[in-house]
Amino acid sequence: MRSEKISPPSEDKRWKIVDTTMRRKGYVPSALIEALHSTQEAFGYLDESALRYISASLRVPPSKVYGVATFYHFFTLRPQGKHTCVVCTGTACYIKGASALLQTLDKNFDIKPGETTSDGEISVLTARCLGSCSLAPAAVFDGHVAGNLEPQTLMEQIARLKE
Amino acid sequence: MNPQAQVTTLKIDDREISAHADQTILDVAIENGIEIPTLCHLEGLSEVGACRLCLVEIQGTPKLQPACVTRVREGMEVVTHSERLQKYRRFILELFFTERNHICSVCVANGNCELQDMATTLGMDHVHYPYLYPNVPVDASHDLFGLDQNRCILCTRCVRVCAEIEGAHTWDVRGHGIDSRVFTDFNEPWGESVTCTSCGKCVNVCPTGALFKKGKSVGEMSRKIDFLPYLKKMREEMK
Amino acid sequence: MTREELDAIGEKELAASQQVKHRLNVCLAAGCMSLQSDAVLASLQKNIKERGLEHECHVKGVGCLGLCKAGPLVAVEPNGVMYQHVTANEANEILEALDAEPLAQLALEPALPFFNRQTKISLENSGVIDPERIEEYIAQGGYAALAQVLNELTPAQVVEQVTRSGLRGRGGAGYPTGLKWSTVVKAQGAQTRESVQKYVICNADEGDPGAFMDRSMLESDPHRILEGMAIAAYAVGANQGYIYVRAEYPLAIKRLKIAIRQAERAGVLGSAIFASPFNFHVELRMGAGAFVCGEETALIASIEGGRGLPRIRPPYPAEYGLWGKPTLINNVETYALVPSIIRNGSEWFANIGTEKSKGTKVFALAGAVQNTGLVEVPMGITLREIIFDIGGGIPDGKKFKAVQTGGPSGGCVPKQFLDKAVDYETLTQLGTIMGSGGMIVMDETSCMVDVARYFMEFCMTESCGKCVPCRVGTVQMYNLLTKITQGEATLDDLALLEELCDLVRNTSLCGLGQAAPNPVLSTLRYFREEYVAHIQDKKCPAGVCKL
Ligand SMILES: Cc1cc2nc3c(=O)[nH]c(=O)nc-3n(C[C@H](O)[C@H](O)[C@H](O)COP(=O)(O)O)c2cc1C
Ligand code: SF4
Ligand code: FES
Ligand code: FES
Repeated sequence: MRSEKISPPSEDKRWKIVDTTMRRKGYVPSALIEALHSTQEAFGYLDESALRYISASLRVPPSKVYGVATFYHFFTLRPQGKHTCVVCTGTACYIKGASALLQTLDKNFDIKPGETTSDGEISVLTARCLGSCSLAPAAVFDGHVAGNLEPQTLMEQIARLKE
Repeated sequence: MNPQAQVTTLKIDDREISAHADQTILDVAIENGIEIPTLCHLEGLSEVGACRLCLVEIQGTPKLQPACVTRVREGMEVVTHSERLQKYRRFILELFFTERNHICSVCVANGNCELQDMATTLGMDHVHYPYLYPNVPVDASHDLFGLDQNRCILCTRCVRVCAEIEGAHTWDVRGHGIDSRVFTDFNEPWGESVTCTSCGKCVNVCPTGALFKKGKSVGEMSRKIDFLPYLKKMREEMK
Repeated sequence: MTREELDAIGEKELAASQQVKHRLNVCLAAGCMSLQSDAVLASLQKNIKERGLEHECHVKGVGCLGLCKAGPLVAVEPNGVMYQHVTANEANEILEALDAEPLAQLALEPALPFFNRQTKISLENSGVIDPERIEEYIAQGGYAALAQVLNELTPAQVVEQVTRSGLRGRGGAGYPTGLKWSTVVKAQGAQTRESVQKYVICNADEGDPGAFMDRSMLESDPHRILEGMAIAAYAVGANQGYIYVRAEYPLAIKRLKIAIRQAERAGVLGSAIFASPFNFHVELRMGAGAFVCGEETALIASIEGGRGLPRIRPPYPAEYGLWGKPTLINNVETYALVPSIIRNGSEWFANIGTEKSKGTKVFALAGAVQNTGLVEVPMGITLREIIFDIGGGIPDGKKFKAVQTGGPSGGCVPKQFLDKAVDYETLTQLGTIMGSGGMIVMDETSCMVDVARYFMEFCMTESCGKCVPCRVGTVQMYNLLTKITQGEATLDDLALLEELCDLVRNTSLCGLGQAAPNPVLSTLRYFREEYVAHIQDKKCPAGVCKL
């Protein structure tokens, strides 16, 4: 069992959530991915202090933690914008015009998937399939799915996000 | 029954050979002087079967199998050299050459490089796939050693020797697919690594000029890897 | 929990639902939810309360009703009317029409082929029960198969049943399920069976980008998957199970969590299930957005907390799986079929489908087709029946061009084969695969080279990077395909592309790389002239590529 107590990188209350996840799993090294999920859910992204803390708590070598965090698309090491727009690029959405949606975003905000607008307002991401293929093309705006999108309705959704 | 005691007979390239049931095709081939090309395999490290150069044909098995991890079976008939295999091996090797920037004429490992030797062995005289020319850096932050990503073939020997033999797990692979890179700790410069013991094992097992000793100029780099099987054995005894 | 207690729960639930005159089922699966069906449900609830109809009219959220494109959907029982495109404002009218004629402007035509031509087994409860209440699952006969298995059958008899049913894995490759189970049973010697730790894993990573069958099943009928897993665990001698589910499916995760908690509380999961010595615990593991983690050895590496790198098989997970222990790994739909097979018998199941492909298969119908949504059909049905009869054909007066199955590991089937039967062998002969159930219909506005390029980009970005043919080969193929779609390629490039297909297919380590060339090979086989048009005439016949 763990002998010394490792303290979280800051006083932030959200570390309690991460701690609970790790404790529930008995601090086993195999809880790494769950700890990363829990951290990203609490903080929105994984910064280096988080990775160091998880590495020390689960006693997983630093390079392994970093290797795992960068292997999976779902994890991000950079903070996201205030709002997110996840455009589906799955097959159904692709053949129904997902690329036109991405072009629209590029044209209007000068951002490509994975980037955030310079004012930190909106991050554009892509997903492989949202499972809403019958509404293709679809996108998620701050966790809310909208389907049958066209460049214009996409811009309307974004405008609504900012309100 | 102890598998080591079980003797199996098989055919490799039409030669009748007897082997222990727990041996891989590669082990048996080496024992019998049959050469199978390998890059990711290194005696003393775990096998990953990633470089695909050791693929062989096995009668009755539709897929090609890597000799480094495939165990022998009674009555198995293995072909290690055929026109098809040679072609695939050459093409795979070409893919390695297109992936990064392998410019032998300026490499410390020139003349001492397993990738270069493999090109000679397989008779690869030119590369017919387009080069990808990635923009990858050199890390010279460590006092004694350097890492040149231009030469890395992602065999993961360094990762394995560091984790399995040195026990430090300083190295791992980050990212995935074509963006995979070997790196240390939290991806800060190697020289700042907290876990690195500067033992040099990784440099010694690197097949190319990706990991090198500082202060060597073109073609001066040499390595020793004989320590590996020996150390592995000793570690097993300790357990 | 005993068998009697289980029956009592079911009867009570049935009686309660029969007491009310009208039952309204509002779809709360992902498709309808994104069209605000939750607001429809809330509005119906509010209106019922205001009108004081609580005793004669029940409304509840259910799983997927199938015809996702017409959402939000509301089904009215027992009169069988289904309303489409319902908005919250229409709640009042719907309630008023309950004792009168159905609302003509909202009601779907009765007896649509979309519903009539389906055979529902794994989806039998979807859209019928509230997935967040175990009682409703039990009322439909749920957990009776598990009770029966534990009380009446030996593990060997269960394996025998599954083997005789002819069930094959629904995750893509179609490996015989009974055979896989018996390999896990035999792993490490039959005598020591009890003492060997074994695991059961449910593969809910659903990687095909254009498929949502597993998602829908998890959202609509989660207990069915748990029951299937528990039966499998009993059969192979495992006491611990994992469900590896995509993190992109928050609703499915939420419902699974609820289901696991309810099942444990009811005593159908956990220790001494149905008062037998059998224990089985299930844990959820979230994926993190890596397609390759659908591959079984990569999935296991991911559950162990590492990078999702596949490893060479053999040894197969059945012998050397999670933590090196014998592990059974099956797809969501495979497990979903198991309770029905036990309840109705293996002969019943084996009578559905074709000689070598038994039972039903769920497809996610999407793309250029009228009725997009989820359908379950008997194996052996033709592609034409699925796309034209059930799917309603191609919208906007366009012509059918091809149907894509198997996602990035599959291929495109052109119109001359529309009358071919849908079964594992036939689809393989046609140059595609059954896959997990994605079925994307394409009309003349899709460019087949562009489609091939799309899938290659997918494989390239999803390659784990472990082995060189896939890591570098997919990039090379993608670059060549891009060159073709830009009108800059020569016929030599095409030859190079074909050579790379052969190389990557035969030398890659895992199924991702081995199947990555399939979309290219199948479009080359049936639409070679489109490639040539891009190269020689610098034209995209479909008008998609900007040359
Ligand atoms: C690249 C790749 C991705 C896969 N993705 C999935 C998947 O998303 N879901 C799934 O059930 N099986 C997937 N499989 C197949 C699994 O490896 C495995 O064969 C399957 O889960 C076994 O279950 P079954 O026998 O019930 O089909 C994938 C295979 C490969 C090679
Ligand atoms: S085929 Fe691709 S995904 Fe599979 S091991 Fe090789 S690089 Fe990884
Ligand atoms: S392809 Fe976009 S939701 Fe499935
Ligand atoms: S030596 Fe066998 S795959 Fe590399």
